[in-house]
Amino acid sequence: MSHGPSAAAGAAISTTPHGHSSEPYVPVFTGETRAQLDALMERYPTKMAALLPALWMVQEARGWVSPEAMAEVGQVLGLTAAYVKGVVTFYTMYHQHPVGKHFIQVCTTTPCHVCGAEDVVKAFLKQTGCGELGVTSTDGKYTVIEVECLGACGFATPVMVNADFIESVTPEKVPELLKKYG
Amino acid sequence: MGFPHKPHPRETTVLSEHFGEAEARSLDGWKSRGGYRALEQALGMDPLAIQAVVKESGLRGRGGAGFPTGLKWSFMKIGDGKPHYLCCNADESEPGTFKDREIMRWTPHALIEGCAIAAHAIGAETAYIYIRGEFTEPLDVMERAVDEARRAGVIGKNAMGSGKRVDVWVHKGAGAYICGEETALMNSLEGKRGNPRIKPPFPAAAGLFGMPTTINNVETLAAVPPILVNGGEWYKKMGRADNPKSTGTKLWSVCGNVMRPGNYEVEMGFPFKEFLYDLCGGPPKGRKFKAVIPGGSSVPIITMAEAEAAVMDYEGMVAVGTMLGSAGCIVMDDAQSIPRQVARLARFYAHESCAQCTQCREGTAWTTKILERMVAGGGTTEDLDTLMDLADDMTGKTICVLSDSCAAPVVSGLQKFRSEFEALITRKTVHTVPAIVA
Repeated sequence: MSHGPSAAAGAAISTTPHGHSSEPYVPVFTGETRAQLDALMERYPTKMAALLPALWMVQEARGWVSPEAMAEVGQVLGLTAAYVKGVVTFYTMYHQHPVGKHFIQVCTTTPCHVCGAEDVVKAFLKQTGCGELGVTSTDGKYTVIEVECLGACGFATPVMVNADFIESVTPEKVPELLKKYG
Repeated sequence: MGFPHKPHPRETTVLSEHFGEAEARSLDGWKSRGGYRALEQALGMDPLAIQAVVKESGLRGRGGAGFPTGLKWSFMKIGDGKPHYLCCNADESEPGTFKDREIMRWTPHALIEGCAIAAHAIGAETAYIYIRGEFTEPLDVMERAVDEARRAGVIGKNAMGSGKRVDVWVHKGAGAYICGEETALMNSLEGKRGNPRIKPPFPAAAGLFGMPTTINNVETLAAVPPILVNGGEWYKKMGRADNPKSTGTKLWSVCGNVMRPGNYEVEMGFPFKEFLYDLCGGPPKGRKFKAVIPGGSSVPIITMAEAEAAVMDYEGMVAVGTMLGSAGCIVMDDAQSIPRQVARLARFYAHESCAQCTQCREGTAWTTKILERMVAGGGTTEDLDTLMDLADDMTGKTICVLSDSCAAPVVSGLQKFRSEFEALITRKTVHTVPAIVA
């Protein structure tokens, strides 16, 4: 597989833009965030069903889902840390390591592949200075990965930069596009 | 309509009429376009009467399997004392398919209305719309629309003042193609790994949280309000006169090597040739169409000769050896190497296998390795037999159909474009692109 060490597999990093430190863990689910989660739990008949939403809240707050955060989520929802890790590792969108400030996902599945998505990937790797898939640039700004079908095949090549969904990206558009993400 | 293009005169816009109109996204905008009349009507009806209208319409599942919607709803035992659930499958991730995304982006209330009607029709008080995590804009639009509908009392404890409780919630996925499989979606919603479940029990007996559940695709549910307002007979009239099995309109997502990619809504039974050349504008300048995968990446590839003879409905696609599937139409021109594209598809399935079943976990990975080696110039004649053997082992032998879906393009690719694979092996060269014909 040429996806490179994806976010799920653990992105290799050369710097630590955020997270990863020896400081003591600060819980995510306190105050307002805890109240938000409690409100969310009322939508479901089980606590466990709030697991994916809770993990999203962690990633939103911290940029990634650390082992300590998995343990905290487990404690809040009455699940073991091992169970939570089992779920986290199943899904590609939860980062198990810190990633660049701008996380770039380029769709390269067949419909985009036939429209030249490989060249879009190359343009991003070159322009960001990442060089390799899944490797964060030395300035900590960018991580680029290939992603399977983003579901916008008629607008090849779709690219996600963090939560922004950008359609019809061509190699020529990459330098201009990146100016927005300094 | 072929958003972002203007609607083509030959389109029939039932679902896509308001694509591109920002105002249609708001509750008021939707109501002024006739929205929520169907829900009001439905809440005053007996669930079985709603099921009867949907049965009459002939509506079939638009997610890929094409199961009759009214029949599916009728499997739910109303009044069995258990909580019932409706799941809306908005995990659209079948390569080539991007129609549900447009429904959610432009007409979120159409989906909420469809969900609320369906929930009432199956005796459920709660509906969950499971949207893939990558769909940030549809998620945002849907969340806002659901909030607005709840605040206005359209849904909630006393939906439209009917005294009936209909809750609709948006649930965000986290990246996994397999969660589009109905039971994997339920596991994921329950906070588990998205592994498909062994069936039976089917969802109507034991689905979400172990309770009776119906799961429908976004497009299926969005078609319910117009059916209720206009009647089953109206919907049934659309389609080929000689094929009552496929009725209504269908949204087709068109992508790949085509002049005007986008979504198009046509009546069932539309001629595929005219569709590809007239509506979609034909191949890129100087190129010729070579092959089409008409129903999302999981259906067999067909040649242009087969495509040009096909009509666009469930039976019409089966007649040319493929399937309508999710109607995600991937078009390839003569610059594309079929082995290369089949290899890329195999890689997709290898990446997305949940790895529960041996045939799938090993088969998708092995198939990918062989094909990628072949594309790189290292193929052997035996590889072709191995690929067919593997495909056989991957078909009909696993919990879900992901491995079957990986086998489909391999088998059809080898059957229909065998000479391309052989040329790769004998000449040991990588694919060369033919020059553009002026």
